[in-house]
Amino acid sequence: MSHQRRLLMLVALVLILSLISLCLGQNWIDLRQVLTLPFTDPDSTTAVIVREIRLPRTLIAIVAGMSLGLSGAAMQGLLQNPLASPGLVGSASGAALGAVTALYFFSGAWHPQTVPLAGMLGALVTTALVYLMAGRDATVSTLILAGVAVNALAAAGLSLLLNLAPSPFAVRELVLWTLGDLSDRSLNDLWVMLPCSLAGWALLAGTGRSLDALTLGVRTANSMGINTYWISWRIFIAVSLCVGAAVATTGMIGFIGLVVPHLLRPLAQQQPGKLLPLSALGGAAMLLSADIGVRLIDLYTTLPVPLKVGVLTALVGAPFFLLLILKSRSNYLR
Amino acid sequence: MTASICLKATAVDIKKSDRYLVKNVSMDVYSGELIGLIGPNGAGKSTLLGALAGIDEPTAGSIELSDTPIRNIPLQERATRIGWLEQLGTVHWPVSVERLVMLGRIPHLPAWGKVSEADHTAVEHALTVADCLSIRHQIVTTLSGGERSRVLLARALAAEPMLLFADEPVSALDLGHQLQTMQLLRDFATGDRAAVVVLHDLSLAARYCDKLYLMNAGEIAAHGEIASVLSNSNLEKVYGVSVISGCEQVPWIVPLERL
Repeated sequence: MSHQRRLLMLVALVLILSLISLCLGQNWIDLRQVLTLPFTDPDSTTAVIVREIRLPRTLIAIVAGMSLGLSGAAMQGLLQNPLASPGLVGSASGAALGAVTALYFFSGAWHPQTVPLAGMLGALVTTALVYLMAGRDATVSTLILAGVAVNALAAAGLSLLLNLAPSPFAVRELVLWTLGDLSDRSLNDLWVMLPCSLAGWALLAGTGRSLDALTLGVRTANSMGINTYWISWRIFIAVSLCVGAAVATTGMIGFIGLVVPHLLRPLAQQQPGKLLPLSALGGAAMLLSADIGVRLIDLYTTLPVPLKVGVLTALVGAPFFLLLILKSRSNYLR
Repeated sequence: MTASICLKATAVDIKKSDRYLVKNVSMDVYSGELIGLIGPNGAGKSTLLGALAGIDEPTAGSIELSDTPIRNIPLQERATRIGWLEQLGTVHWPVSVERLVMLGRIPHLPAWGKVSEADHTAVEHALTVADCLSIRHQIVTTLSGGERSRVLLARALAAEPMLLFADEPVSALDLGHQLQTMQLLRDFATGDRAAVVVLHDLSLAARYCDKLYLMNAGEIAAHGEIASVLSNSNLEKVYGVSVISGCEQVPWIVPLERL
C-alpha cells in the first residue's frame, strides 16, 4: 500500500471518529441531524448543542491530537530514540504551570479564556527560558538537558501552588485541571490554541528529510548537508509551540506523543520523515477515540465524577507502550 | 597527466580544551589520487578527517576546496561534492538496506522534490559496487558489523561525491571484502575524483594508495611516496614496533615486536 493510500485511510478514520464524536454525548444525536440542523434550524437546542459543545470538543481533540502525535514523531526522529516524547521540551509543564497559576489566582473569573491564555504564556516563557539556557549553538543533548531542567522548575512551581492552595477544593480543582480534559471547551478556546498550533505544524512540515538524514547520526547528517543546529532549534521551538498550545487548552494528555509514532512507524517503513504526517493523523485519531471512550464510560457507568481523557490515555497507553517495547526491543538492542 | 588540486589544507590546527588534537597539518589532495591516512590510535586521524570534510571547524589554518574555503560553501552544495564515511557509523532506525542507501541522495534532492530516475540509478550502482545487492531487502540493524559497513559505504557512494573521506572503511571487513572495498576506492579515485582513507592495515595502504600521510600525536610525521613513508625507521618511531616487509607480487608489512 502506498504512502498516500495510508494517509487517506487515516484521514478517513479521523473523519469517522469526528462524526461519532459529534453524535455522542448525554443524548445520541442522529448523524443526519448533526449534519443538517445547524444549517436548517440553527436556533434549535440540538443545533446549539452540536455547535457550542460538541464541535469545539471535537475540533480541539483533533488539533491537540495532531500536535501531540506530530511532536512525538519529530522528537523521536530528532533524538533518534523511540522513547523520546514531546514532554521533554519543557513547554508542556510551562503551559500547565501558567494555566494552573491563572486558575489559582483568578479561578477563570476574569475572562473565559484566562486559563488557556495563561497556559500559552507559560509555554512561551519556558521556551524562551530553554533558549536562553541552552544558547544559540546548543547541541541536541544540551537542548534536552535545558528542557528537563525547565521541566523540573515548572513542576516545582506547580507543587508550590498545590501546597499553598487555601482549601482541599482548590487543590482538587488544580489537580483535576492538569489531568487532561476536553469537556466544556468553547470555540474561543480553539481560537486561542490555533495560532501557535499552526505555527508549530508549519515549522515541522519541512523537517522530514532532515529527520531521515538523522537516521545516520548527527555528524553524518551534517556531512549530508543538514544544518543540525538549525534543525534542532526548529523542531524544539515547533514542538514547544504546538504542545504548549495543546496543554494550555486541554491539560496534560500523556502517552499520545509516545505511543502513536511507535505504533505507526512500521507503516512509514521506519522512516522518520514519512512518519510525521502519519503520526499527526494518528494522534488526532487516538485522542478522538480516547475522548469518545471517556464519554461512553460516563454514559454507561455510574462513576461519581466523569473520567478525564488524560487518565484514560495514560491507563491504556502505559501498558500498551510496555508491550510494544517488549515486542520490538530486539530491534533496538544492537 | 596534469592533475589539479581539489583540496588544499594549510597549517590546520584543531584544539580541544587547550590540547592540540591536530597540529600544523598541511595536505594537498590532487584529483585522481587515493590518499592513505595512517597512524596509531589517538594520532588525530579522525579529527583531521572531520575538519577536511568540512564538518568541524579547525581552530586555525585553512581548508579550501577548489580555491573556496570549505566552510564558506553552502552546506547542501558541499554535501554533493564531499562524502564522509563515519568510523563505526550507526543506524538508528531499523530501515531496509535499499532505503538507507537512498538516504545518500538527500543532498541531490530539490526541496520538496521527489526521487528521480538518476537517484535510482545512483543507488543501484552503489549497491552493486559495494556488493550489497544480495542484502538489499534486509533490515540494516539486523546485519553483521561488516555488512553494515559495506551498506554505509554504499550510502556514501550513492551521493556521487567528487571527494570521499572514509574513516576506517575496511576495519570490520573479511579478507575478501577488504580487497573488494580497497579496489572500489581505488577505482573511485580516478578522473576528477579523489579519496582520503584512514587505514590501519599498512599492507593494504602500501598496495592501493598513491600517497600516504603518517600521523603521530596530531602532527604529520611523514608524507609522500609509499616507500619513503613506510620506512622501518618511521614505523619504529611512530608505532614503536619493528616490522618485516617485502614485496612478492604485492607489498606486505608485518609487525614483528614492540620495541
